[in-house]
Amino acid sequence: MSPDTAPSRPRVLERSGADRPLVIAGRSFTSRLLVGTGKYKDLDETARAIEASGAQIVTVALRRTNIGQNKGEPNLLDVIPPSRYTILPNTAGCYTADDAVRTCRLARELLDGHPLVKLEVLGDKKTLYPDMPATLAAAEELVKDGFEVMVYCTDDPIAAKRFEDMGCVAVMPLAAPIGSGLGIQNRYNILTIVENASVPILVDAGVGTASDAAIAMELGCDGVLMNTAIAEAKNPVLMASAMKHAIIAGREAFLAGRMPRRRYASASSPESGLPF
Amino acid sequence: MGVILNGKAFDLDDGATVEALIARLQLAGRRVAVELNGKILPRSQAGATRLKPGDAIEIVHAIGGG
Repeated sequence: MSPDTAPSRPRVLERSGADRPLVIAGRSFTSRLLVGTGKYKDLDETARAIEASGAQIVTVALRRTNIGQNKGEPNLLDVIPPSRYTILPNTAGCYTADDAVRTCRLARELLDGHPLVKLEVLGDKKTLYPDMPATLAAAEELVKDGFEVMVYCTDDPIAAKRFEDMGCVAVMPLAAPIGSGLGIQNRYNILTIVENASVPILVDAGVGTASDAAIAMELGCDGVLMNTAIAEAKNPVLMASAMKHAIIAGREAFLAGRMPRRRYASASSPESGLPF
Repeated sequence: MGVILNGKAFDLDDGATVEALIARLQLAGRRVAVELNGKILPRSQAGATRLKPGDAIEIVHAIGGG
């Protein structure tokens, strides 16, 4: 389908302001902010920041247990219980499709058959950019194996469509490199991806502060996934709250439909009836 | 007998089950997932699965990540 004929995705413009829930693989969520659990000072700060963010979907990583060193140590899933949150295990640290697929299978076993995963296959340590051919290969295998794949990818509209076509339940283009805090670097690409999509599009990675998250939502993204922007703020709990509000504000602005941009002024007060 | 546990040599009793290994590591009742020789070992099979010398076992858990 050519860009000219692509249908723009339906927009909700209800006067009541009532929004639809975010639906991912048949699960409904009222929060459009997804958060990670890395880089916090301790589990208590993790729990408080996630609470303040209002997030319902929370990412975790999988790593080897430290043999003989974790007796009685509190477990992340004790403070982020799967009974309360939708746990989204990631494949961070995987540089091959095979490692990512293996990690997803371990995650599914860990979470009692829960099939939702965040797939990321990284290309190099400096940029943490996705290795897209490997990501495509891993996504294909995971979808075939019954996983519900939310895929971290570059902001390439063609690749995004391909992930959707192969059955990924959400496509998550980066705003900028993971942990960079640079904000959305190519908003026109994000817009094109959003316009062409019929699965949820979430900006994942690169958000630095609240306005970045609001911009993603104003572009029509269905949600934003972030970690470092909250965890590395001087006050992570306050930043988590700021992000919650930014996501809501950006979403409402998108639904409301912004005014057109004009090059010159347009008076807000009537220009007739002046007393002089 | 010697096995490879999380990438390192580890010694345990001949014929030990995966369940016994998990208990010895004081991980019983904790949320972990086990891979045996590259294949997922479902929790329900841990009690019936006896390890053999040279087996490669991975035991993972969830930690913070984005």
